[in-house]
Amino acid sequence: MTRSDDHPAPEPARLAERAGLADPVDPGGRADLAVVGAGPAGLAAAVTAADLGLRTVLLDAAPRPGGQFYRRPAPGLGARRPEALHHGWSAFANLALRLGRHTASGSVEHLAEHHVWSVRAVDGGWLLHALVGPEGGAAATVHAAAVLFATGAHERQLPFPGWTLPGVVGAGGAQAMLKAGLVLPGRRVVVAGSGPLLLAVAASLAEAGARVPLVAEAAGYGAYARGARTLAANPAKLAEGAGYGARLLRHRVPVRSRSAVVAAHGRERVEAVTVARLDRDWRPLPGSERRIACDAVATGYGLLPQLELPAELGCRTRTLPDGSPALEVDAEQRTSVAGVWAAGETTGVGGAALALAEGELAARSVAARLRGAHEAPSTQAALSASAALSVQAGPPAQAAPPAPAGPSVQAGPSLQAGLADAGHAADRVMVRRVRRLRAFADLMAAVHRPAVGWTGWLTDDTEICRCEEVTAAQVAEAVTELGAGDARTVKLLTRAGMGWCQGRMCGPAVARLAGADADPVGNRPLSCPVPLGLLARDGQ
Amino acid sequence: MSRDPFDLVRARPEPGFTFDFDGAPVPALPGQTVAAALWASGRMSWRSTRVGGRPRGAFCGMGVCFDCLVVLDGRPNTRACLAPATPGAQATTQQGDGHDALR
Repeated sequence: MTRSDDHPAPEPARLAERAGLADPVDPGGRADLAVVGAGPAGLAAAVTAADLGLRTVLLDAAPRPGGQFYRRPAPGLGARRPEALHHGWSAFANLALRLGRHTASGSVEHLAEHHVWSVRAVDGGWLLHALVGPEGGAAATVHAAAVLFATGAHERQLPFPGWTLPGVVGAGGAQAMLKAGLVLPGRRVVVAGSGPLLLAVAASLAEAGARVPLVAEAAGYGAYARGARTLAANPAKLAEGAGYGARLLRHRVPVRSRSAVVAAHGRERVEAVTVARLDRDWRPLPGSERRIACDAVATGYGLLPQLELPAELGCRTRTLPDGSPALEVDAEQRTSVAGVWAAGETTGVGGAALALAEGELAARSVAARLRGAHEAPSTQAALSASAALSVQAGPPAQAAPPAPAGPSVQAGPSLQAGLADAGHAADRVMVRRVRRLRAFADLMAAVHRPAVGWTGWLTDDTEICRCEEVTAAQVAEAVTELGAGDARTVKLLTRAGMGWCQGRMCGPAVARLAGADADPVGNRPLSCPVPLGLLARDGQ
Repeated sequence: MSRDPFDLVRARPEPGFTFDFDGAPVPALPGQTVAAALWASGRMSWRSTRVGGRPRGAFCGMGVCFDCLVVLDGRPNTRACLAPATPGAQATTQQGDGHDALR
């Protein structure tokens, strides 16, 4: 495929300056900050950065900003009450308004339908390569002094017999299709898996007219009691949970914890599921099975950050209590690589409120650091919060291993004054808010961590890898008879994880079946399929 | 209580259109993806897998899983959950990797 003319770029004039991989970038046209992802974190970061005077480019794969969380019906659908499908809509409305002002004035360039597939250090900054248009037929590059990853998350799936039947869809997928297209996967939808998203999805489906005969949550909600102090510190989060509970009650949606869909039945599409009770380790309890008729299943076992781009740059990761990987960041959202910030689900799945706070905090840090890089700071007055209030379990990120071309953004303590100058009190408030919400996210992750017993509902012919159609028996053979001790070896022996989705769907299951107790980071040199023609030109 | 998603958000869609799926007209509204229009018409599968020949449709709904691949206007391996439905478009069930015609 070559660059085609049938996908006009959203902003042809600006794009013309940037397009053309053989002749990449006019250094003088460099932006201060490139934000990758226009969900809650990316939006908050972009408008905050622009408020602080940074020339900001916001790149996003979707046609309209909002990310998965704030997905909304296309304008042609004429939704007069889109907020009916959303929690926290006013925050988005406010950000969208500010983004509109900034794009109109030119302080933010919003590049919609730009899917960033590679970021590399060049000329003391970062060069971002993007595919343009829904099918990625054209290319664009953006050069920026700093980059901020707000690339969000996708759903973690655990396979069960029949999960490849049409009508079995991701819980997040059902939510996304409903929010954007105003469609339902069926009339009678069983919601199953683990994590708070299930309640939000079930409430939305019921309010949109679907019957939800059951929400099956694999974890026990009682585990939240272990985090009483964290709960008490997050009344808004408690109220959010209670709100979902009330909405489900209103629609008579039963929620059953320590339960799972252990099989889906049907020929051409799902017609029923078997639900079983689980023990503490998620082992199905024999004799507890019951069959529920349905024409759709919405399933998901939590969310996993999309880390391909920062992982490729060498940003350090840590493992959350649920086994998911996340970028290690310091108290001002800096990753371990100088010049690279991260916010939102990339630093650990924690929801929109946390993402908004982190996005704003990250942008303030970028502004302070970039300013500091040009004006010698007069004081070492550190953001003492940086170490003391470290919001992460791991050690605070140290000065980075130098990237090949050496970004000009400095990361050392000599710039600690920067953030303080930008508004010391406000920053401390932000840091505290992030820490409080992060503690809640860690509690949720601990409660909903997939336990080992889930493999008890697999059968030999359960497909583990949807793309390559690799069964549980094939994976088990690779592990037990051929000695594969990790997901990569299983992949080489069985092709599980080698297909179109690059292991995003089966990776968590394959890793666990191969003996791991955590999700793979997902190192992928390219974050999405890229036409060979574009790669060839990039190499010239 | 809402009867359907349009009722829930008080939608007043612009005039709809049809596109062609495996020879049958499928109604769609402006801004809906191919996958959304197919769901609305009760169709949940539009791909037959390479190995087992099993039916598949949209799964992740956000362009990540590639289960919803469809042949759209002659282009195989198009993600139906991302591709907007357009008036008069031709969509067909994708058989295997979608390149049978080239063999």
